[in-house]
Amino acid sequence: MQDFGAAFGSAFTLIATADSELMEIIALSLRVTLFAVLVACLIGFPLGATLAIARFPGRGVLVVLTSALMGLPPVVVGLAVYLLLSNAGPLGVLRLLYSPTAMIIAQTVLVTPIVAALTRQFIEDLYGEYRELLESMGAGRGATIATLLWDARYSLVTAALAGVGRALAEVGAVMIVGGNINHVTRVMTTSIALETSRGELALALGLGIILVLMSILVNAGLIGLKASAERRAYA
Amino acid sequence: MPSVEPTRKPAPPPAAPPVPAVAVRQVAVTLDRVTFERGGKRLLDDLTLSLTRGGITALMGPNGAGKSLTLRLLAGLITPTQGRIVWDGDSPIPARDVALVFQKPVLFRRTVRANLDHALSIYGVPRRLRSARVDELLEIGQLRGLADRPARVLSGGEQQRVAMVRALAARPRILLLDEPSASLDPPATAAIEGLVRGAAADGVKVVLVTHESGQARRLADDVVFLHRGRVVECGPSPAFFDRPQSAEARAYLAGLLLV
Repeated sequence: MQDFGAAFGSAFTLIATADSELMEIIALSLRVTLFAVLVACLIGFPLGATLAIARFPGRGVLVVLTSALMGLPPVVVGLAVYLLLSNAGPLGVLRLLYSPTAMIIAQTVLVTPIVAALTRQFIEDLYGEYRELLESMGAGRGATIATLLWDARYSLVTAALAGVGRALAEVGAVMIVGGNINHVTRVMTTSIALETSRGELALALGLGIILVLMSILVNAGLIGLKASAERRAYA
Repeated sequence: MPSVEPTRKPAPPPAAPPVPAVAVRQVAVTLDRVTFERGGKRLLDDLTLSLTRGGITALMGPNGAGKSLTLRLLAGLITPTQGRIVWDGDSPIPARDVALVFQKPVLFRRTVRANLDHALSIYGVPRRLRSARVDELLEIGQLRGLADRPARVLSGGEQQRVAMVRALAARPRILLLDEPSASLDPPATAAIEGLVRGAAADGVKVVLVTHESGQARRLADDVVFLHRGRVVECGPSPAFFDRPQSAEARAYLAGLLLV
């Protein structure tokens, strides 16, 4: 028990003094996650919007697929991206394995279905409301999607934040494709796993506390956003 | 001057000429033997109707008579199962020439000003011309003080005024109103009716679906009475209300349930 108390003490010291190793790990975590979510939004927003308003053969299958992929196990994604990027894999020549880029790719694969599926749901609901209006105005496909994406902006930020939450907390995929290399590919979750198994509880706890705080922050942001949207009747 | 060409009553014989020969130049749009079916049910049944340019036409009739469907056909939201819609001039008519306002206003999740600006953008009005037109529309709708408020927090009457001037944004030739004041209080209704009169005075053809014979009396130049997907009666407004010709219209105006 005393060990735990000491570990907590050191953890808070690490946070309070902005320990450089801790900060480096947090910075890489944020970089990888935010970049992955950005790419996931660039793909997921238009994809979700298209699935919401377009009618084409195979649409139903795609809708089910994106929803199903929301629950993709991170280790499986890690394995798939590993196979893709390993020396023997089709993208092996790029030599991306065990780099932050590989981690971004893996997390993008993980987050894109979440963003796309939530976007489809939000846009579909909004389209139900706007459809006749936009059609009577003669809005084409492009103008319709642009209008819906902008008017669903609060919901879309919600989708993006859901992606951030998922990517930040995920450990399996980045562990496999990043390799948890010190100063190169060590992020919060992989560090916690490693430090705990080594019995170095201080850094693990410090990172754990930061991770929980970030998760609280993301959720507070979601709640604040929702309140702000409702105040303007933009929800 | 009646703005509806009398159609044959009660139903045209099979060989009826599709378009009335008289006053063709005045006709804005003709529904030519239009039938609309959905789910095996015939909702509009061989409906023939010509609307002349200018003036306000009220579409009346009990629920399920086909009033809103007729508006949606005119707005191009649905296409007839049989028959055709013939517009004077361009065919098909450009979407920006036909504007539609719903009973419950559908407003963008933006400010009042942005609602109007975005509508103009969809209608293809270049950016540099938009802001002046937006100011004009705010003036027409008496919405100056509300311009920068989120549109959907306004009162029902204010929201409907936004929807009305947004519909007028691109100077349509025909304005279709689906019970625009059904859920509004009298002052808000008066404001909407003022906008309707203003649009008609500017030469916009107005087609108004209403349940309220008071409103039809106040606004309409002529009335089309629908029942079970057919035109039962049509004619100038005062005559329709004072001396309805058909048993159905008499019963409807007397407040009886048409079953």
